[in-house]
Amino acid sequence: MANSLRPMLAVTNLTKSFVSPEGVRGEIVRVREFALAAGEQVALRGESGSGKTTFLHLIAGILAADGGRVTIDGAEMTALGEAGRDKLRAGKLGYVFQTFNLLQGFTVLENVVLGMSFGPRGADRAHAKEVLERVGLGHRLGHFPGQLSTGQQQRVAVARALANRPKLVLADEPTGNLDRKHGREALALIREVCREHGAALLLVSHDEEVLAQFEARRDFAAINEAGRAGFSPLSGETRGKAD
Amino acid sequence: MTLPLIIYRSLRQHALSTIITAGSIALACGLLMCVWMVKTQSQTAFTQTTTGFDAVLGARGSKLQLVLNAIFHLEASPGNLAWADYEGIKRHPAVKTAIPIAVGDNLRGYRIVGTVPELFEKVEYAPGKKFAVAAGGRFFGGAADAREAVAGAFVARKLGLKVGDTFKPFHGLAFDEKNQHEEVFTIVGVVAATNTPVDRVLWIPIKGVQTMSGHDAKAATDVSAVLIQLRTASAGFMLDMMYNKQGNRLTLAYPVGAIIAELFGKIAWFDQVLTLVAYLVALVAAGSVLASIYNSMSARRRDLAILRALGARRRLIFGAVVAEAACIGALGAVVGFAVYFGLLTGVAEVIRAQTGVVLDVGAKHAVLWVCPLAMVGLCALGGVVPAIKAYRTPVAETLAPVS
Repeated sequence: MANSLRPMLAVTNLTKSFVSPEGVRGEIVRVREFALAAGEQVALRGESGSGKTTFLHLIAGILAADGGRVTIDGAEMTALGEAGRDKLRAGKLGYVFQTFNLLQGFTVLENVVLGMSFGPRGADRAHAKEVLERVGLGHRLGHFPGQLSTGQQQRVAVARALANRPKLVLADEPTGNLDRKHGREALALIREVCREHGAALLLVSHDEEVLAQFEARRDFAAINEAGRAGFSPLSGETRGKAD
Repeated sequence: MTLPLIIYRSLRQHALSTIITAGSIALACGLLMCVWMVKTQSQTAFTQTTTGFDAVLGARGSKLQLVLNAIFHLEASPGNLAWADYEGIKRHPAVKTAIPIAVGDNLRGYRIVGTVPELFEKVEYAPGKKFAVAAGGRFFGGAADAREAVAGAFVARKLGLKVGDTFKPFHGLAFDEKNQHEEVFTIVGVVAATNTPVDRVLWIPIKGVQTMSGHDAKAATDVSAVLIQLRTASAGFMLDMMYNKQGNRLTLAYPVGAIIAELFGKIAWFDQVLTLVAYLVALVAAGSVLASIYNSMSARRRDLAILRALGARRRLIFGAVVAEAACIGALGAVVGFAVYFGLLTGVAEVIRAQTGVVLDVGAKHAVLWVCPLAMVGLCALGGVVPAIKAYRTPVAETLAPVS
């Protein structure tokens, strides 16, 4: 799977643990090796609470790893301080969230422009408009997210993630909040736009229908060696049967 | 572009709290500037209001009471002095002009003051400014017993007096409709506005007050005070020595401005209390910015976390919150000027109505830029605490995907 040259994403011995409210430290991520080539699209299968969001957060530098290494386009995320991680994330990464995470007080165009403004190219309204037109929202530039349907909101999120011409797009359950029809459309759009931009795509999902659309699929449980009896870092609850 | 956009949208998103908080800042800022300006303006206006006289001679008593009574037409007269005393000081070589006045009557609360025509003929109430009468009128003439009156501009406006109107004075300085005199006076002129206490007075010949029916016949030649213009400044100290230190029958109030300044010195504590209250209001307003932004932090956490996830640096988030607080302060300061002008105009009108002293509403003072800037600074400071909270927003935890 890994590019024989320099991979777009390389993860080595990445670990992350959290302390539960009861004071018990539990490891949630232990990934020995994972890589993604430039332009490659991979789907990671993982159940809720399996730590896949944490894994994406570690790759994106939103969370600091306990150990190991994440390299994006040759830049080592894990060697950077917080400001450096912010800069790298803004410059090379696009992130599509399950809950879209649009800024409700900002217009559609502003959401995309803001997403670009922290990157090295800066805010480029003309390009933001182009990307929004590409995702079919050219007529909704001045609308606020609350005025859009969920499908349209997800398209804004996709446009925002891709407007900065990222090298790597991380998509966390991007169709999780959409109905089947809109989910298919959104997924097709993400993949298509990533292809057009030459961006690598790492998508995590537990939805078999979504996963089935990817030629390259991996089981997160297979690459994550963290103990099964850990706990969910975000809910603070011990992982159990439901996972 | 990014920072202003974030601030603008945040202010819009929390428009109600922005307006309420900016309103409290505006009130605080306006109040602070108003208190300061009323303090300095009134001190300046009162100490400079001499209506053209250097000193006042009156019965033995308080100099301040003498000045308030004779110059500002506010206090009761401390007592009378004989016509001979007036004649005596008038003849003194150090005295340029001496104008006797007699008080004791009013027209619906506005003071009636008896005087001599020389007041209007010789005296400049301010440098280069002599009394003038509005078109169609005249000052009363030399006939001491003429039942004529000249109305000050303010009292004429308030009572609707015009040339040819007649009135019967009321006894005393306070209006009591049961105590009306029988004498009928005719308005022969309205004095053009002087922006001094003179505007609040109805002037009649001094004999008119002295011989008014019901007044003590024994005091028919007495005067309430003598307004004095000196030939030189040093003459004032000489007369002060003569009347106040060597004599024990009369009081010379000199210099008029210094005596009023003493009054302000005596009420300085009140001034300080007002200033302290204004400072506290400003602090409370800055605190309200802190509380307002801090309380909205829970609602903003997600937005801040999203911005961070998009690559916004912590210091940008910190700066955005502080700048937002400063913007609320700036907005409040701008509106504060409207509050300030509104308050000051109102206060100036009350002071003018009560004393005849006019404050300069358009006067410039350092407080007019120091106060708004200080408010902006205080608000920015108030924004630091929520900014720290914003700075520490845990991104992953706040975005909280249900994974």
